Amino acid sequence: MARDHRSGPRRRGREGSASRPTGDRVLVLPGEEIPGSGLKPGPGTYRVNGKVYASVLGLLSVRPPLASVIPLSGRYLPKPGDVVLGTVTDVQGTFWLLDIAAPRWAPLHMTGTPWNIEVGETEKYLRPGDAVVVQVENLDPTGRIGVTMMGEGLGKLEGGTIVTIAPARVPRVVGRGGSMIQTILRHTGAQISVGQNGRIWVNGNPEAIARVSEVLRMIDAEGQRHGLTERVESFLVASGPSTDQGPNEPGPEGAPRDAPPPLPELADPPREYDPEEPPEND
Amino acid sequence: MGSVGAKDIPQLLSPEGLRIDGRHLNELRTLSIRAGPLHQADGSAFVEWGANKVMAAVYGPREVHPRHLQQATRAVIQCKYNMAAFSVDERKRPGLDRRSQEISKVIGEAFESVVFVEEFPRTSIDIYIEVLQANAGTRCAGLVAASVALADAGIPMVDLLPAVAVGKIEGQIALDLKKEEDNYGEADLPMALVPQSGRLVLLQMEGHMTPDELARSLDLGVQGCREIYEKMKAALRDRYSTGPTPGGAA
Repeated sequence: MARDHRSGPRRRGREGSASRPTGDRVLVLPGEEIPGSGLKPGPGTYRVNGKVYASVLGLLSVRPPLASVIPLSGRYLPKPGDVVLGTVTDVQGTFWLLDIAAPRWAPLHMTGTPWNIEVGETEKYLRPGDAVVVQVENLDPTGRIGVTMMGEGLGKLEGGTIVTIAPARVPRVVGRGGSMIQTILRHTGAQISVGQNGRIWVNGNPEAIARVSEVLRMIDAEGQRHGLTERVESFLVASGPSTDQGPNEPGPEGAPRDAPPPLPELADPPREYDPEEPPEND
Repeated sequence: MGSVGAKDIPQLLSPEGLRIDGRHLNELRTLSIRAGPLHQADGSAFVEWGANKVMAAVYGPREVHPRHLQQATRAVIQCKYNMAAFSVDERKRPGLDRRSQEISKVIGEAFESVVFVEEFPRTSIDIYIEVLQANAGTRCAGLVAASVALADAGIPMVDLLPAVAVGKIEGQIALDLKKEEDNYGEADLPMALVPQSGRLVLLQMEGHMTPDELARSLDLGVQGCREIYEKMKAALRDRYSTGPTPGGAA
């Protein structure tokens, strides 16, 4: 099985310890035994008769004595502090219910908003279908997800479009130190708001939105494979700049290259074809 | 073996001990599994097993509908097995029938035994199994598809659940019955195995067997399940592998 030799943020953080435990970052499936003795079952695992087994499909992470599995799929599991994008699914007198792509809907109470709302007036502020940015505050023992809309950068979203990807891919969208998201922003000039729950708001001219959506789709489909960063860069360059300066003027990033990069072989998953779209001119 | 009624009972075993499709008594039909074909569902799988074609989709954990079915301490598992009207020779009338209800129940209960439902209180894990083409062993094919779909959906479980039906044809114990063998054989024994523990979470029988035949059937079935287990794992690995993206040749 090919192992990803490019280190990620997690691996960089570890100080000069012994070499990585064997089996780390390997794909495991439910029911597979995690080799090792004296292991403690962390998230994504369970222990029976002194042996630890994976319970979810994901990547093995062994930090002795703790063995965990990082899920590669599954719904978003909220953590306090996460900033997420939600859509309103229900309105009641004193609160709304938000779909934040988690196993349960999250109630947003009217006191958790910057508005001064009277009981029964909630519908005047947010209606089913509206998109909002909220922050997860707490998870109570019964599983209720407490969210708030009070805070910097939180609030109702107007315009733009929301792209949904797997929550496990969100770190890939941001990239090491923000490298991937910076690349996307640089090449497209779009406004992007990334929710930890895999919902991403994109705003800008239609071309920018289309290009960003395609990049997000690529990351979602291939986030765990090698060479993704290069493919994303190639795509963004090949699909042309779409900053506010307009499609025909070179953007600030167009100038410094010595020779134009070769057009990529997009042998990867095919893009959606729009039969109405006029064919590209060479 | 005399014929009963107007139809001739086909000969299920040749003098060499081969079955009507050329298989040995302990051979599985061709089985191919694909994980994750449906992007809208949280998890999905498509299974082609012999002439069976079964699609499974998993949604969840998600809010329970209807609300009154929710449980305060755990997720509920709602499983629905359905056969498409065109899946069988004689058109199957759409809608719930006793057999579909029974199969939905036994499959759902099999998963109750292995899914860590306590991790998601007040939610529902919805499993949909749709048989598109049927040729005996659909409940096993459905269970296998649903199990792969659950893993694809990231649902925590003790293990995947391989399943297979063992039967008795012309007095011989045979693995993985096909339609004619199921219709004209003497017994049919579907079962599902938890490989991690060696326990069975589904076991049903139609027909007649001696206790000794039953014991031999269980052994043969468990062996078959272990083979199927490898294919289930391979399908999931294919979907989630970390190698470079395949080029056009893939």
